[in-house]
Amino acid sequence: MNNNNQKQKIKIEKISEGRRKFLNITKSVGIAVLGGFIWSAYVDEVKASSIVLRPPGALDEPDFLKTCIKCGMCVQACHFRDSNVMKNNDGDITGARPPTLKLAKPGDNLPIGTPFFIARDVPCFMCDDIPCVPVCPSGALDITKVSRKVEKEPEPVLDINMAKMGLAIVDTTNCIAFWGIQCDACYRACPILDKAITLEYKKNERTGKHAYLEPVVHSEFCTGCGLCELACVTDKPAIFVLPLEYALGKAGSHYIKGWDAKDEERLKNAHSETTTTKISEKSALDSLNNMDELEDLY
Amino acid sequence: MKKYRFLIARRAVQISILFLYFAANAYGWSILVGNLSSSTLLGFIPLSDPYAVLQMFMAGAVISSTLVVGALIIFIFYAIVGGRVFCSWVCPINMVTDLANYCRRVFGLNQIQKKQPATRKMRYWVLAISLILSFALGVGAFEFISPISMVHRGLVFGMGFGWAAIIVIFLFDLLVLKNGWCGHICPLGGFYSLISKFRVINVKYDNDKCTECMKCKLVCPEKQVLFMITKETMPVLSGECTNCARCIEVCDDDALGFFLKIDEKKAKEIDNENN
Ligand code: SF4
Ligand code: SF4
Ligand code: SF4
Ligand code: SF4
Repeated sequence: MNNNNQKQKIKIEKISEGRRKFLNITKSVGIAVLGGFIWSAYVDEVKASSIVLRPPGALDEPDFLKTCIKCGMCVQACHFRDSNVMKNNDGDITGARPPTLKLAKPGDNLPIGTPFFIARDVPCFMCDDIPCVPVCPSGALDITKVSRKVEKEPEPVLDINMAKMGLAIVDTTNCIAFWGIQCDACYRACPILDKAITLEYKKNERTGKHAYLEPVVHSEFCTGCGLCELACVTDKPAIFVLPLEYALGKAGSHYIKGWDAKDEERLKNAHSETTTTKISEKSALDSLNNMDELEDLY
Repeated sequence: MKKYRFLIARRAVQISILFLYFAANAYGWSILVGNLSSSTLLGFIPLSDPYAVLQMFMAGAVISSTLVVGALIIFIFYAIVGGRVFCSWVCPINMVTDLANYCRRVFGLNQIQKKQPATRKMRYWVLAISLILSFALGVGAFEFISPISMVHRGLVFGMGFGWAAIIVIFLFDLLVLKNGWCGHICPLGGFYSLISKFRVINVKYDNDKCTECMKCKLVCPEKQVLFMITKETMPVLSGECTNCARCIEVCDDDALGFFLKIDEKKAKEIDNENN
């Protein structure tokens, strides 16, 4: 009898033990799922592509975000590049100007920890030796994007002019050169002088005797360094750099430059496709003059 | 002093490492450049956080050879000395959570809240979720919210609102859950616990010397690993032990100490030979 009682007790304990375990597991799974949702919603939000300028040679934004390990070595290299430090007679570094590159802090509203720059504060000075790129351990700054093969050189050489950090856009409404006032601040600030920005001559019909000299940016040369943006004389820069994703449109592959032999090449492999609908069965003229169908409309 | 020798050593190591990173960005030193996610030691030795690299891998990034080598160096180092040596000797958050824990003891908050409402296994869940989310979202998921990186980056490169992370963790550990962040949630701690299985540096416990004062369990941030106290003589084998050595220094009776697993193996061999 006594024995029986005990057995029952043990059984009950076992059940409640099992129940507790079950409840615990359900609770954990619940918390995990909930936490996972909040977490993913947050990460999705912050990685949503923001208008941000990346260092030279950066991969496309989605790849950049997964590849950059947020170490800040590019920032350090930019900060202490030779052209940015003050040295005493012994060659010891005594100070450095603020760097171009910064790591996004909480509060910058950018994907946290990633390097970026704000051109109108400190633009990229397009260092010939590009100190920021070779130090990147992760390949988020891709050296092949800013180096090219040169004859007689075994290794590809660095070429900062290949950088595509963004593209300068002119706000033609507020750029005073477009008003007819003489200004070529951006034109002169540009390191790729007379290629990335050219001044286009136009007659000023209002006065009849003056000229417009309008700055025009050429995307094949502009690196997006932002020196023009910093140089611009208007209160808020009338020339500014946007990431390529925002600055460039896309024409679509069905447009072909017939005058461009290389673009014309694309036609070679093109194949045409004719779709026939009910209306297009007849020629366009026939279908327009078809009185039966016209009558239907009334 | 003897009671704080390891604590002082740990703080010294933590602060020196922080300072070397800081000086790289502030004065252009090149001893240790970067931050805890990835860095270069002495200008040529790459170091990388293996957990961050694992997340990148899950996110589908192409992992550069520098990162692979760096992560391997760190992985092997911590696999040998004990993964959570990172927690107690390097991580800046450890100073915050240790302070919270100290305040809890001083203010007697542990008496009010005796029962811990959460399981310490939670960190492995967070670890698993972080890898799943990295895969699903295509970015290192924990790296986007990690208060460790946030605070460390903040100290090296500028804080922003990073202070908020410190305060949140401090208050959470102080008022909500004892050892809440480091002992329950942190997936990096979880990751390092998992790779600690075969470490060679362990804490050993001698039941014969123990006077059952329980000071060790009071200071231990992972006191479940000290389950053998008052019960049997054995080493602390759980990967969750941070090798912080607080237990060793507070013990008045020399019942706790470090031992090298290699030593023990040798001792056994000698034993066998003698028999
Ligand atoms: S190229 Fe631009 S971003 Fe790179 S180090 Fe020079 S100034 Fe800084
Ligand atoms: S060096 Fe490379 S990995 Fe490090 S922060 Fe810069 S871009 Fe990211
Ligand atoms: S146009 Fe502006 S952004 Fe473009 S290369 Fe010249 S100065 Fe730099
Ligand atoms: S067992 Fe000792 S060394 Fe390990 S975490 Fe606890 S106090 Fe630190």
